[in-house]
Order: sequence, then C-alpha cells, then structure tokens
Amino acid sequence: MDHSQNTFSPEVTFQHQHSDAEFKRRVRKTTILLSVITIIELGIGLTIYTLHKGHPSPLLILMFKGMVCILTLAKAYYIVSVFMHLGDEIRNMIMTIVVPLSLFIWFILAFIIDGNSYKNLRNNYDPHFRESTMPVQEHTQDTIELKHSGKE
Amino acid sequence: MATTATTHQTKWWSGGKSPFNLEYGKLMMWYFLMSDAFTFGAFLISYGSIRFSQNVWADSNAVFNAFPGAGHANLPLAFVSVMTFILIISSVTMVLAVHAGHNQDKKGVMKWIAWTIVGGLAFLGCQAWEWHHLITGEHAVLVDGKIELIGQTMRENPWGRLVEGSAVMDALRHTPKETLMKLVEEHNHTVTSAQLASMSNDNLIGMLNTAEMHIREKGPIAFGGYFFGITGFHGFHVFSGVIINSIMLIMTSKGVFDRKGHYLMIEKAGLYWHFVDLVWVFVFLCFYLI
Repeated sequence: MDHSQNTFSPEVTFQHQHSDAEFKRRVRKTTILLSVITIIELGIGLTIYTLHKGHPSPLLILMFKGMVCILTLAKAYYIVSVFMHLGDEIRNMIMTIVVPLSLFIWFILAFIIDGNSYKNLRNNYDPHFRESTMPVQEHTQDTIELKHSGKE
Repeated sequence: MATTATTHQTKWWSGGKSPFNLEYGKLMMWYFLMSDAFTFGAFLISYGSIRFSQNVWADSNAVFNAFPGAGHANLPLAFVSVMTFILIISSVTMVLAVHAGHNQDKKGVMKWIAWTIVGGLAFLGCQAWEWHHLITGEHAVLVDGKIELIGQTMRENPWGRLVEGSAVMDALRHTPKETLMKLVEEHNHTVTSAQLASMSNDNLIGMLNTAEMHIREKGPIAFGGYFFGITGFHGFHVFSGVIINSIMLIMTSKGVFDRKGHYLMIEKAGLYWHFVDLVWVFVFLCFYLI
C-alpha cells in the first residue's frame, strides 16, 4: 500500500499502515466481538428480569450487574482502541488521554458511596422517608432486624 | 507493528513535528472528546448518586418494555437492543468511511458516510418514538387513595413501590368511572366503549383482574429528569454528529478533500461519531441494564 504519502500531514512523522486485508480482518473481528458482547449483556439483562419475578438474593443480582459493567468496559476498550485507532497511536499520546480518565475511579466511588450513605442516614433518622419509600416486604424485614439490634 | 522501531529512534520533542505524531486538529478533537467524556460521566455519576440514595427506583424492565407496533406486549430490552445495534453498525460504516478516505477513495467515502447518516437518523427516530411512548403512556398509579393514569414525564414517575391487593381494591372504589373504563379497555378489547359507559363502577371493577394489574405508587421524580436529560444530551450529540457527517458528505462530493490531498477531516468526524457510540454503551448500561 503506497497511499500513505497522500494522507501525510507535515506534522505527522509516520502513518499507521494497515493493508486492506488486515484492516478488513480487524474491523470484522471487532464488529463481531461488539455484537457478541452486546448479546451477552442482553442475555444477562433478561436473566436479571427473570430472577426478579421470584425473590432473588441481592448478591446474585449484584454479581450479574457487575458482570454487565465489566462487559461494558470491554466494549468501550474495543471501540476506543480499534475504531478510534487510539491503540495505534504512540504511547505518550495514549497516556495523555487515559491517565486523566483514571479520575473516574475516584469520581464514581466517591459519589456512589455518598449517595448510599445519604440513604442510610435518612432510613435511620427519617422514619417518614423510610416508611413511605421502603418496598413493602423488605420494609417489614428491616423493622424486625432493627428491633433486634435495638436501634428502634 | 512495523512502525514500532521508528517510534524509539524518533526524537519526538526535538521540534518541527508533532510530538504525538498527530496533526493539531485531531489531537484537539481527542482532548475535546475527553472533556466531553467527563461531562457525560458527571451526569451519569450524579444519576448513580441519586439512585443509590433512594430505597426504590424505577425497574428498567418495567419502564422499557414496549416495541413499536407490538401494543401492550411485554418485551423488555427488545427495542433498546435494536437502537444499540443501529449505533454499532453505524460506527462500523464510519470506520469504513475513514478507511476509504485513507485510500483516497471518494466514492467509498461518500457511500459509507451516507450509510452512517442513515444509521444516525434511524437512531434518532427510535429515540423520538421511545420518548413519545414514555411521555404519553398511561400507567395505573395509586395517588391519594385512588387510581390515576400517568405517563413518565419530568414531573412524575409511575414506577414506584408495588401496591398490595387490599389497597388496590380500596383505591378502585374511589376511582372515577372514566379511569375505570380505560383500565378495562386496556386488557379487554371485546367490549365497546358504549357498553362500558352503560356499566356501573362495581361491574367495571369486577371486569378487572386485580391480581395482575401491578398498580404502583409514584416513584422518585428524579428518574424522569435524569433519563430525559442524559438520553437527550446523547441524542443531541447524535444529532450534531449527523449534521457534521452531512457536511462531510457535501464537502466530499464537492471534491474539497481531493483538492486538499487528504481526508483527515473525515477522521475527525469519525472520532466524534465513535465517541457518540461509546457514550451510548454507558447510557445503555446505566439506564437499561442495571
């Protein structure tokens, strides 16, 4: 392939070169991967839906949701790395994008934990909030537990 | 990759070239997308924070279970999977457009950009239908001791706690006739409205299968704002992506890039379009899957 000269910009030292065959193979592979991951995600979504008809253990649901999150991150990786060609850029460039994004680790954890703490505080100190919003079955269970632990 | 050797020999910071081996516009597009990722991230994290602060939240499988033309059939995840695949496919056509640009293949670029625009418009159409369906939907909700029919809006959310059977019967007795007629009509298509109008309230209640009605209370108001806000902001990105791609299509057809000697603009538009797909992956996760 000698089309690289044409797409050269003076600032760019070298061009990523993929032969047409290599390119087609990569795109086909990534498309199939993204589709398969999406189908697995939908399968897990439907599993959660089916489980919710009974009384599933919260841990099981949480594990399925965690799996979907991991699969989503895998999808994001493939879109960014292959479709957006970030994987082909030089290392310094990749780092200026990826390192700032690690702020999200704190961002997500801090705000989710904060929201959860707000819920617990209100459930403990605002009986009206608890009684008017707690799902009925869990509500009765919770009051029993609270009575046992002597909090009420 | 064959280029790895060059990477180590090149003195990237000695001047006269881009130290990131990218032209200015593309690098800036990357940084814009990174900042946009934080905007979307902040929205989604704020949604997560509020959701974690509530005891009850809208069950996505109950909210998003409709499909165009399927009436009241319960099809969780079906329509959104169509939307997701539309965006994945349009992302693939965009990759092909960028590649055609590398090969200076004007016809190829135009063909694949056009398909990408079609995908974007199809997605926007799906979203319009979904919003319309949610806003105009009529869901039986227990409000002040009687049943009301409300849709999913910015002010109300019909997806709160499930109401127990005895409370439902009480509420039905206090519910106005018009609402009862609508409730019966929803599940029973054999009776005409005129027949229903001639029936008494008690007869109407008798026709309802209270065990399968799934009457709920109102849910947290924030759900509507977050759902319409975030999917709307994403839809706005899709819309502007369609506009950008249309401009690229016109510029390509007029031979602008042939005269420039390169199709780098298509690459920048491509980056933006893939980002739109990337954001949808997370919106799909946060609103529809978990």
